[in-house]
Amino acid sequence: MLTFLARRLFVMVPTLIMISVLVFVIIQLPPGDFLSTYLNELQSQGEAVDPAKIEFLKHQYGLDQPLYVQYFDWAWGLLHGDLGFSFEYNLPVTEVVGDRLWLSLVLNFSTILFIYIVSFPIGIYSATRQYSWGDYGFTLLGFLGLAMPNFLFALILLYYANVVFGTSIGGLMDPEFINQGWSFAKVMSVVEHLWAPVLVIGTSGTASMIRRLRANLLDELGKQYVVTAHAKGLSPLKVLFKYPLRMALNPFIADIGNILPQVVSGSVLVSVVMSLPTTGPMLLTALQSQDMYLAGSFLMFLALLTVVGMFVSDVLLAWLDPRIRLQGGVGK
Amino acid sequence: MSSDEEKRNAHFVDKAPFNPYERDALTPEQEKYYLASQWRLTWWRLKRHRLAYVSLIILAVMYASVFIVEFIAPYAQETRNSNFIHHPPQSIHLFHDGEFVGPFTYGTDFSVDMETLKPNYVPNMDRVDRLRFFCSGDDYEFWGLIKADFHFVCPAQDGTLFVFGTDRLGRDMFSRIIYGARVSLTIGLVGITVSFFLGIVIGGAAGYYGGWVDATAQRVIEVIRSLPEIPLWMALSAALPVTWSPILIYFGITIILGLIDWTGLARAVRSKLLALREEDYALAARLMGAKPKRIVARHLLPNFASHLIASVTLSIPNMILGETALSFLGLGLRAPVTSWGVLLNDAQNINAVAVYPWLMLPVVPVVIVVLAFNFLGDGLRDAADPYKN
Repeated sequence: MLTFLARRLFVMVPTLIMISVLVFVIIQLPPGDFLSTYLNELQSQGEAVDPAKIEFLKHQYGLDQPLYVQYFDWAWGLLHGDLGFSFEYNLPVTEVVGDRLWLSLVLNFSTILFIYIVSFPIGIYSATRQYSWGDYGFTLLGFLGLAMPNFLFALILLYYANVVFGTSIGGLMDPEFINQGWSFAKVMSVVEHLWAPVLVIGTSGTASMIRRLRANLLDELGKQYVVTAHAKGLSPLKVLFKYPLRMALNPFIADIGNILPQVVSGSVLVSVVMSLPTTGPMLLTALQSQDMYLAGSFLMFLALLTVVGMFVSDVLLAWLDPRIRLQGGVGK
Repeated sequence: MSSDEEKRNAHFVDKAPFNPYERDALTPEQEKYYLASQWRLTWWRLKRHRLAYVSLIILAVMYASVFIVEFIAPYAQETRNSNFIHHPPQSIHLFHDGEFVGPFTYGTDFSVDMETLKPNYVPNMDRVDRLRFFCSGDDYEFWGLIKADFHFVCPAQDGTLFVFGTDRLGRDMFSRIIYGARVSLTIGLVGITVSFFLGIVIGGAAGYYGGWVDATAQRVIEVIRSLPEIPLWMALSAALPVTWSPILIYFGITIILGLIDWTGLARAVRSKLLALREEDYALAARLMGAKPKRIVARHLLPNFASHLIASVTLSIPNMILGETALSFLGLGLRAPVTSWGVLLNDAQNINAVAVYPWLMLPVVPVVIVVLAFNFLGDGLRDAADPYKN
């Protein structure tokens, strides 16, 4: 297990390095840098700009260095938890971001949990009662869930909550908590508000998980050892849980690698629509105002979230299935 | 001997020459089936899949209408009916006072709610505005080239026809949704072409050559797949220069969508090629001096072309949704261009939507198209292997 862990961790390193290069390229993509925008702004306001000051600023932000030096500075900072400087807010990114990263983490984690909790029993039900009304019903719901783009779903949900119930389900906590420190009441408020975004983001993931689990379990249930077990008089529940379910569980865990990027993607969009205090809306504003360091650190954070999530799912898989940890195959 | 007895004792022999293979002979239907090409078989199987077939027809109609949006839309794209701002959807009636009049709408009376300043339109049951068909209405430039004013359907003179209501500038939503289809539907096709090309070239090279090419490609694919799609799309499209013309932005967006989407296809191509390149016929082609490009394109790819088409069909809706999401956020296409995402941008303000719910109607075509592509792709995937059972 230890060697597996070490190897798996080692594989993550080049992936993360490549991602960081990519993110840095994206940061550099918009024409011009922050400083020239800032200077233009100053000049358009009719302020004289002292060339010495420009030089000073350039030097301070390392803009006079070649690109690769800038990259290493940035990456080095990242490793030390220094996410760079937000030009729009004139504050270090870490301070601008505040609770947002944690709330994003909570949101995505709850969504994954929701997907597992909901799809597990439904998947088993659909497989053991194949072609029953319940199975058809869930299949239909699943299709709708897969096809319904989640931000549109969020819009419609917001609309109905607004018109029918007269409440707003946007936000992640009651308004009076927004600028307060963390307290028990605030946590409870977040928990109360979490269901709507989790439901919206989780639908498509749940739908595909159900289909996956159902297909895998059906494959297993058709095998001869299951027939043998039934013939020997094992109780149906024991037959189901002892072997086929454990076999079908593998892809169920491994699939998180595919679902996680989707969930993170979806959470960004849904956060914008439902104006949640997570990374999504701030990423959008940062991109719109081309505050690239802020945007870059959000991108990096979201990518890190998925990479670490995949790592966790691989570790779970290895723990579950000795074949994987002994052969060292990287689950996908 | 009586003729009755003769009949009983007669020894009947068929005059036709004896054919020992008669039992093995094929009926015309069987023959048609066994001689049919793979594509024909796939098509037959697809036709048996009701849902997929219906979806195919819906999509075909939608894509066909893309060519003639100017005719279909009752109004031109940018016509502002400044007297009818935020007009609610009108229904089309056939009977007035129990008499058949043909399709018509009721005219509306306008008033303003003095408390909320909300425009109020009440149908006036005395004003029957009969629709005109094959008529001349708003001027437009067909494909931006030919000036014309021909429409399939127009409102009556001085009447209105707002099937889906109007927006904040009094523009007809129905016409704009139809115009939006041109961008929204084609962006998926152009994007998928980019992604298809990249996927086949990179996946093909990785699968055929193996070794370090494969290892590099695998790494790149892994990195791209572990990045969440939408934030990446957002970042890249935010980097498109604002000075670009709408056409350039359109192509920029499609390329961005394609650049990130190709990984799934490349993986499929690679894993198939890894198995197929060991086949004897691939070896034969290589021994006869065929170049790698020819072997991959002529001998190996056709083996699973139908699978590729199925998976492509399943990823088109992803692109359409990508564009819709980006434009909805204001990062993709922008105002003068009309796409479903751009139209939905107006629905971002939930307070406006609560008062004028028809602003959300562009959701409907998006969902229909996405569902149709999903069903069609599912059907295609089942039909892709016609020799299976």
